[in-house]
Amino acid sequence: MASIDTGGGDGGHKKGPGVKKAKKLSTRVDMTPMVDLGFLLITFFVFTATMSTPTTLDLNMPKDIKDQKEQTEVKESSVLSIMLGKNDQIYYYEGKLTESGDNFKQTTFKGIRDIIINKKKEVISRYVTDPECEAKAKAEGKPISNCADKDFVVIIKPSPEATYKNTVDILDEMTINQVRTYAMVKIFDQEFELIKATEAGGGIK
Amino acid sequence: MTPFVDIAFLILSFFIMATKFKPPEPVEITTPGSVLSQKLPENNAVMISIDSSNKVYFSVLSENAPEKYTTIINGINTSQNLGLSPAQIANFRKTFMVGVPFSGLKELLSTDAKDQPKLNQPGIPVLDTLNNQLFWWIRESKSAFAGEKLNYLIKGDGKSKYPVFEAVISALKRNEEFKYNLVTALDDIPSGTELYIKERAGEKDLKK
Repeated sequence: MASIDTGGGDGGHKKGPGVKKAKKLSTRVDMTPMVDLGFLLITFFVFTATMSTPTTLDLNMPKDIKDQKEQTEVKESSVLSIMLGKNDQIYYYEGKLTESGDNFKQTTFKGIRDIIINKKKEVISRYVTDPECEAKAKAEGKPISNCADKDFVVIIKPSPEATYKNTVDILDEMTINQVRTYAMVKIFDQEFELIKATEAGGGIK
Repeated sequence: MTPFVDIAFLILSFFIMATKFKPPEPVEITTPGSVLSQKLPENNAVMISIDSSNKVYFSVLSENAPEKYTTIINGINTSQNLGLSPAQIANFRKTFMVGVPFSGLKELLSTDAKDQPKLNQPGIPVLDTLNNQLFWWIRESKSAFAGEKLNYLIKGDGKSKYPVFEAVISALKRNEEFKYNLVTALDDIPSGTELYIKERAGEKDLKK
């Protein structure tokens, strides 16, 4: 900007002797502090704007049914029971828990995904074409594949020592793996005893 | 440098205008993450908060219809025979969270809203099935919002224990309410999973 001729001044006509040329002042302002402040504010607002984005996870609970006859029956072979213990430990068994409890296994949140996926695959592989369900799915505009895993049920049983985070994580795992039917129920005493025994054996405090 | 500064200030003004400050919360709650990106409702909702030391708090979100606050607190006042003064009832509107048993409500509502976070609130009793006071709060909210859609938000700290959450659910269940929204932070969908594949295929309906 310094090189730009601002006009006036020493243009064409000469001024007489003794007439001093007015000193030209620079029109530039030092912008550095302003820019500093600007960026400080930008960083502040960028952080505060993205930090809080709460979302919600839907949870539907069933009505408590007292009458045994009204309860939904599920196929034993396609049930996966997941129990949440303390210290982010997961215990699970497939089908029905045996008397001796030898199908009671332990895993973590890292391992549970594969177990759910494998169980789901197993249930789908055993699927025998159900024309009634497929016709219904077609009528409702849903994919027929929904029928193949309709029997697959996950039962979630958080123990009193499980945290809320564990509960949300496992519900999230249902969404991630597209488990359509799952239920959250109270843990049985036998299962809680087994968890305690495993914890004592594995040194989990 | 001028264009550079121009852009910088454009961004700055955008963020200033787009930012909405949340009111300061009396209790710090770190929510766990989930992959669902559903938005949190800001109106017609009651929020049940559980903090890391398993205390339960109750709050009403109804900026659009402030008269609901009065209806709810009046209902509580009558059903529990608390004998609250009109000033205390008016203060409920400003109270951000209630985390006291009914016996402590008078003291909480006599405190100015600004000083309430300093009070050490013991939490609403829920674990005792015979004295699950949250049941009454939900009952009054339900009748105040009768005929309208009311969302039940449960905002729990990741470290809180499951039995408290179960007690909150049972208070809601006793009110014949079976649909809740759990407040979570947003997590990324793990790659390779079924949901991930579905999302990539452009299917937006995550629910059954």
